Amino acid sequence: MTLQRWFTALWKSRRIPLSLLLLTRQPVRLAVALAGISFAGILMFMQLGFRDGLFDASVTIHRLFDADLVLISPRSTSSVSMAGFPRRRLVQAMAAPEVEGVTPVHWNLLLWRNPETRGTRSILSLGFEPSDPLFTDPSLAPKARLLTQKGRVLFDEQSRPEFGPVAQWFKAGRTVESEIAGKRVRVAGLVGLGTSFGADGNLLTSSETFLELLPNTPPGSIEVGLIRLKPGSDALAVAQRLQAQLPPDVSVLTKQGFIDFEQNYWRTSTSIGFIFTLGAAMGFVVGCVIVYQVLYSDVSDHLPEYATLMAMGYKLTSLLGVVAREGLLLAAFGYLPAYAAGQGLYWLVRSATQLPVFMDTTRAVTVFTMIMVMCMASAALAMRRLADADPAEIF
Amino acid sequence: MPIPRRSSDVTPTAAAIQIHELSHWYGSGSMRRQVLQGVNLTVAAGEVVLLTGPSGCGKTTLLTLVGALRQVQQGSVQVLGQDLAGAGRRERQQLRRSIGMIFQGHNLLRCLSAEQNVQMGSDLLAYLSYRARRDQAREWLRAVGLGDELHKLPHDLSGGQKQRVAIARALAAQPKLLLADEPTAALDSKTGREVVELLRRLARDSGCAVLMVTHDPRILDIADRLVRMEDGRLQEAERPTLVTQA
Repeated sequence: MTLQRWFTALWKSRRIPLSLLLLTRQPVRLAVALAGISFAGILMFMQLGFRDGLFDASVTIHRLFDADLVLISPRSTSSVSMAGFPRRRLVQAMAAPEVEGVTPVHWNLLLWRNPETRGTRSILSLGFEPSDPLFTDPSLAPKARLLTQKGRVLFDEQSRPEFGPVAQWFKAGRTVESEIAGKRVRVAGLVGLGTSFGADGNLLTSSETFLELLPNTPPGSIEVGLIRLKPGSDALAVAQRLQAQLPPDVSVLTKQGFIDFEQNYWRTSTSIGFIFTLGAAMGFVVGCVIVYQVLYSDVSDHLPEYATLMAMGYKLTSLLGVVAREGLLLAAFGYLPAYAAGQGLYWLVRSATQLPVFMDTTRAVTVFTMIMVMCMASAALAMRRLADADPAEIF
Repeated sequence: MPIPRRSSDVTPTAAAIQIHELSHWYGSGSMRRQVLQGVNLTVAAGEVVLLTGPSGCGKTTLLTLVGALRQVQQGSVQVLGQDLAGAGRRERQQLRRSIGMIFQGHNLLRCLSAEQNVQMGSDLLAYLSYRARRDQAREWLRAVGLGDELHKLPHDLSGGQKQRVAIARALAAQPKLLLADEPTAALDSKTGREVVELLRRLARDSGCAVLMVTHDPRILDIADRLVRMEDGRLQEAERPTLVTQA
């Protein structure tokens, strides 16, 4: 009730919307400002979208694993350079009462020969015991049985087209054979995993086949050990205990820790994060310059009018408020087209690159905040011009 | 025109303006130049006073001092009962709300319609609702004979119409004192005459004192009193006009 009365009072005490009228009665200037803000917004959406999309894509595979804890070698730096550790550590970990099951995984980049063009390209290959669970997706298990035969692989149909028309051929009923590391393999089935930063394509095979393709692998060495815990176990506590019990030649990570480990590599050890963040910052700066220019010349053009208002008895602060509201309105009006264009461009990127670039709330809010800061900072700078409005000079 | 008086109005005194030994200088050091020399002037409430004199004699300076747009340097200026000598920025801004100003150029806001321009004046009356302020703005426009041009932009109005909007805007804030600086300068003689007569009539109706600077000899007869300024000094002149054209 009081709130309603408050709103009524607020509504009754409203004034001429000077900021809105200043903007809308100068359509060309408004269009320039909105184009600039939208451009800056689109640039920020694209750069941040690419950055987050790339980081997200770097862990496509990591997310799929059926594991609560993951063992890796401390010498591993990322999915493209995984080091080996003794498989025994996984067996030792099974001694912990919470552990329900384990899956040793071989992990390496191998050279795949395109069956059509005969060119070779690195493909991320995982080797596991076909009877062990690997991914949380239950549809893998029946396909994994096909791998018990030697020299059979499951090919990721979302791999980039450079690996050859494997999926089309396979679906058309053809027997697809190719070479990996110089050895003949046959595609036994298709899986849908998704490409990532480090891997343009993925391949699953049995440990046996994997070792045959890479005969130099030291015996008993694996790159990744998946550990599944009994329901209700505290993964973090078990991870810490195992880390303390096991020799220092393994790192015990939670599944999220394994995802973070990979993302952290791309974030910190490569310039990707920096480049895209810099790109977004460029958009921010360009936007600032444009909004500042527009608001500054707007204030300059209307200086005698502002001086008149001061002579009439309007407070300087209420005139500063006019400029501030102009900034707010520009931010709001400029964001909408940027958001719409962002959605469209993300769709384009998704269909062209298979990168998982989506308009998520965090980024939408981030860009909105950036545009808001951009407009308000520019408005604050343009306000300094108002100090030149001297009502004594207008007579 | 029935317009509610503000209860918080300045205390009623006999004089709208009381100036005593006012001097003013521009510049500093060797460039320091005196523009006003011991000016004395009293304008009673509701009185219409015209101020004439050659260019550069200090008329406009006097107007800006009375209008609380400039800091008083020496002497005393009382406007609507408030002493302006030593008045701070905020006090002067508050006082300006009770002073209507009409300029040589119309100084309307280009992006606002006639009605909105006038409402910028009545918007200063914060105790009225939006609707009341808008209705008041319309009344004032009707009073200046522009009831049919409410929604036109200044761009689409003639010079005389613009100046009439400016008068409506100045009066919409319900001032007790109206300052006008050559309001007819940009108008032809017939329009100028009409505008000034309108100004005087409306000011009379709302009990508002007027101090108007003018060069225009054809409008001098509207004044209750004529004051002539020369070289920063004031002298009373008789009415009607025996004043030579400046």
